Amino acid sequence: MNALEVEGLCIDFHTERGVLRAVDRLSFCVAPGKTLAIVGESGCGKSATALAILGLLAENAEVSGSIRLAGRKLTQAAQRAARGRELAMIFQEPMTSLNPAFTAGEQVAEALRLHEGLNARDAMDRAIAMLERVRIPEAARRAKQYPHQLSGGMRQRVMIAIALACKPKLLIADEPTTALDVTVQAQILALLDELKRETGTAVVLITHDLGVVRDHADDVVVMYAGRVAERAPTARIFEQPEHPYTIGLLGAAPRLDSRRARLASIEGTVPDLRDPPPGCRFAPRCPFAIAACAETPPLAETAPGHFAACHRAPLAA
Amino acid sequence: MTPLLEAPLLEARGLVKHFPFRDSLGRARGAVRAVDGVSLSVPRGRVLAIVGESGCGKSTLGRLLLRLIEPDAGQLRFDGEDLLALPPAAMRARRRDMQLIFQDPFASLDPRMTVEAAITEPLILHKLHRGRERARVAELLERVGLRPELARRWPHEFSGGQRQRIAIARALASEPRMIIGDEPVSALDVSVQAQVVNLLGDLIRDLGLTFVLISHDLGVVRQIADEVAVMYLGQIVEQAPAEHLFHNPRHPYTRALLAAVPGQGGALRLLEGDVPSPVSPPSGCRFHTRCPHVRDVCRASAPPLSGASHLAACHFQDSLPAATPIREAAADARLTRLQAYFTEHTP
Repeated sequence: MNALEVEGLCIDFHTERGVLRAVDRLSFCVAPGKTLAIVGESGCGKSATALAILGLLAENAEVSGSIRLAGRKLTQAAQRAARGRELAMIFQEPMTSLNPAFTAGEQVAEALRLHEGLNARDAMDRAIAMLERVRIPEAARRAKQYPHQLSGGMRQRVMIAIALACKPKLLIADEPTTALDVTVQAQILALLDELKRETGTAVVLITHDLGVVRDHADDVVVMYAGRVAERAPTARIFEQPEHPYTIGLLGAAPRLDSRRARLASIEGTVPDLRDPPPGCRFAPRCPFAIAACAETPPLAETAPGHFAACHRAPLAA
Repeated sequence: MTPLLEAPLLEARGLVKHFPFRDSLGRARGAVRAVDGVSLSVPRGRVLAIVGESGCGKSTLGRLLLRLIEPDAGQLRFDGEDLLALPPAAMRARRRDMQLIFQDPFASLDPRMTVEAAITEPLILHKLHRGRERARVAELLERVGLRPELARRWPHEFSGGQRQRIAIARALASEPRMIIGDEPVSALDVSVQAQVVNLLGDLIRDLGLTFVLISHDLGVVRQIADEVAVMYLGQIVEQAPAEHLFHNPRHPYTRALLAAVPGQGGALRLLEGDVPSPVSPPSGCRFHTRCPHVRDVCRASAPPLSGASHLAACHFQDSLPAATPIREAAADARLTRLQAYFTEHTP
């Protein structure tokens, strides 16, 4: 059974200037112990999707479609009950996610007392063991320190300890290493992979970094302006991308392993979702656009497990 | 032309900048040793990248190179002239030649100035194109890929990428010889970042600019730098021509930094621990607390930055095992052809 199944997810934000559809008919699933990456640029709907799964969207958001955690439909009440237990999260900025008034140990222990009903002493013992597992040196001493006394990498380790303390079925990691330096990022991502293998937790990794996707995801969803552009196993996305947006994005990202005469440059900017272009939302920026692109393309299977929302897929060079 | 013998445009020797801090009672408590003895040459018409992780001192070094802050010690020569000896008025005039582009285009433009006013300001300040300022603003906007009729608009009406183009136009207005970009594309989304990286590359080539790129993003550095300096805890640990540094890194820190960049099939050998505090950096070689090759001498004495054109500050730079090379991405013919459409066919 899949750890997470998202089917036809739509998110509308009611704003003073009208209704804005941030996510439009998004579907994907993640098996236990696997990582699915959602990639895209600002405003593509990737963070709204994370918050919708967690049930943490603002009041003005309207969610439709279905979200299932281990087969059970997640209603608002179910989300509240599952959060912190079966459904865990880590965000970009560990300083704002941690409570500055409590020690690192207290914050991990709180999760265990709340969700596993441990008493204070057992919870603290387990918390220290958990801090050791996320490789915080001198865990017993660090457990007594406050967030401001810890480095950014250390704080993100504490967040991971809190998130994984109760062996969740699903971890949502929204840009978990974007605020960290590259050497620390590598440590944190390797740690997440290792813990995921041990616990069988499924991970939804939200990121803008294609390098992180390549090394750490099993499957990829590429989003553009609220819709899925392409969905495929990771190797396929990098070797045989079919959607022009994916192709452009791969060519636009500077890489350590090649110096190119010129980066592929996707002209223009993302559309305003209050007034999106009709049909394919990427068409105004797409060098492959044809008349048919005035109609919204279906997300069609171009090869087993590989879906692209493009009238011209599969694209011949 | 004999480029190898040509004197560098900017030369720094032994730059030091410490930021003292006090406790709540006003007692001196120590100093952040942000830049601690940096010597550096910026070759003319080339792109020098200064790379390193947060807190390594790269932004402070950038400000020192422009004399936006005064060093505690050291020398600074721009085109042979002693910058630190210039009185304030002469320094202001000199600034025409050296400009800065910041990371955050939302903070670097005055929200109460139209684009035209923002770009006209340096023209008036340096008495350039008198009487035809408006036409010059239009030229500069076109140069950075913006329509001239946007000149009357306000910063908030633009996207991040457009604002960064405006900031570049403003930097170009005084016709500088050198521009320092402090993470100039780090705040931008990938597709927009590519546009600005390409634009910077074109400007550097077409205008013969000398460019100092301060960046933590080694992919961006690989794409545009000719020469790279790597900083760690306030010091330069390695400096070399870019392709040489990427393919034959000599310092263990540079090697670890390159290995940690995602997208290479999982990190090869991870660096343990965090960067030590720049308030009390480790004795001897500052990297010794995290170095996989550390020996006694590293704790006792600081290795000098040495070498001919490829400089490294490591006692064992000649005897370390060979570095694991970056595996160059194989060119994918289909992808290359498809990606070329983005450059050739504007929709």
